[in-house]
Amino acid sequence: MRYLPSGLPAPVTESDKLDLPYWEATRQGVLKVQRCGSCNSWQWGPEWLCHHCRSWHMRWVAVEGRGRIWTWTRCWHPVHPALKSHGPYIVVLVELPHAGNVRMLGNLLGDPRQEVTIGAAVEAVFEPHDDAAAPYTLVQWRTA
Amino acid sequence: MVERSLRGKVAIVGIGETTYYKHGQSPEPEFKLALMAILAAAEDGGIDPRDIDSFASYSNDRSDPSRLAAALGTKELRLSNMQWGGGGGGGAAAVGNAAAAIVTGQADVVVVYRALAQGQFQRFGRAAGGGTVAGDNALINPYGIFVPAQRYALKFMRYMHEHGIRHEAMRALAMASYHHAQSNPRAVMYGRPLTEEAYDSSRWISEPYRLFDCCQENDGAAALILVSAERAKDFRYKPAYILAVAQGSDHRNAARSFNAPDFASSSFGPVAPHLWEMAKLGPKDVDVLQSYENFTGGVLMSMAEHGFFRPEEANEFLTLENLLAPRGKLPLNTSGGNLAECYMHGLELQIEAVRQIRGQSTAQVPNAHVAGVIAGPMVTPVSTMIVGSQETL
Repeated sequence: MRYLPSGLPAPVTESDKLDLPYWEATRQGVLKVQRCGSCNSWQWGPEWLCHHCRSWHMRWVAVEGRGRIWTWTRCWHPVHPALKSHGPYIVVLVELPHAGNVRMLGNLLGDPRQEVTIGAAVEAVFEPHDDAAAPYTLVQWRTA
Repeated sequence: MVERSLRGKVAIVGIGETTYYKHGQSPEPEFKLALMAILAAAEDGGIDPRDIDSFASYSNDRSDPSRLAAALGTKELRLSNMQWGGGGGGGAAAVGNAAAAIVTGQADVVVVYRALAQGQFQRFGRAAGGGTVAGDNALINPYGIFVPAQRYALKFMRYMHEHGIRHEAMRALAMASYHHAQSNPRAVMYGRPLTEEAYDSSRWISEPYRLFDCCQENDGAAALILVSAERAKDFRYKPAYILAVAQGSDHRNAARSFNAPDFASSSFGPVAPHLWEMAKLGPKDVDVLQSYENFTGGVLMSMAEHGFFRPEEANEFLTLENLLAPRGKLPLNTSGGNLAECYMHGLELQIEAVRQIRGQSTAQVPNAHVAGVIAGPMVTPVSTMIVGSQETL
């Protein structure tokens, strides 16, 4: 079951492999973000350098797929050909309090016309796209 | 230590625009539009186009200065300058870069320009189909977030939550632009007034933005010609002096996947104080303001971050009456702005500020001596500027 129609761009790993551990983990149903091996700061999205202490020792750490809605939008206007006549869909920016409040984007599963509350607890749902040329898994969210 | 400042050292002495069209409707190609606007600015100032020796633009404008210089018969090309990043956020920065080059002896007559023909090239508000995406886009596009309206809806939704912003404040911003466009025959929305009912019943684009919260997309070109203050009185109209320019953005603004610490902002937090310091002025000294409307929410946050009001005062300050020329508390976007005059990537706002200083606006503010121009908000880097009359020096 996929939230958005097929035909949207498929994510691929960056040519420099920076984000490869994230995409590999999502295939296993595991959510990983970066954590600095020197100062223990959390960081998202992927970067080579710790933004806090300039250490190169960024580690990939599995985190619990739980968070809360930090902000959101309900998109109505179909800006991409694949979304034409699809109707509204909800995008949430979720912060992970147990991982330094890093934020990640996803769709809020369920009724696209549901009321959305900033601060509401959500949990991760893995959405595999096994039929893609390079199979990938998106991380989605549902109200916890 | 010698004070480092642009204040009063450079003036805008020529302004030019093409006809403004709806997107894709220009009968002229983009490069020709750029030349037409530059020639119009030279004509306006009474400047021989061959004396323009320098070019500055932003947002990866496609009209290359060397080709422009060849076409214009430029005697000597001195400066070819492009502001990195930030799209329409670079509009005031391009003016600042030009002014800095003049003050430091690297240029004499600089044209700042922007040209767009979106039928010939791609639109901003529509994504290309299919394919694969990598990097930051891989964390965003598969969830249906592609265009500025969606990205910047996320910022303002949070800001509204934190500060209790009401939709009436957004509506007042949209209506001010449309109101002023009704007296401006150049405006694409001239003759098409906006009512409260039309705003309230307009369709959602990406909540909290409705159709009328979003800028147009247009074809056309705009240009401004700058010279040193010493030469400023040699031209046709009253000079508009640069009192200050500032550009930049806050700490880690471009952190990926919307992780900027101050994400719910217009990016002007640390930038605006530099502006006021150089101008030796404050928000209360501004007679008329042009503030780039990519989206109404961005205008609101820009104005708050420039200190025109505190975020919790936004609902009270942003009434239509306060924003209208000639007598509002702070007349805003007096040509119709990006929403209703033309989305010339904000450069039409700089031109309108010059008109206000000259006394040539179609929604003139009486005795306007200090005019602010805030370029595209919520991006990085952003930029902002103040122009003033001779009396402000």
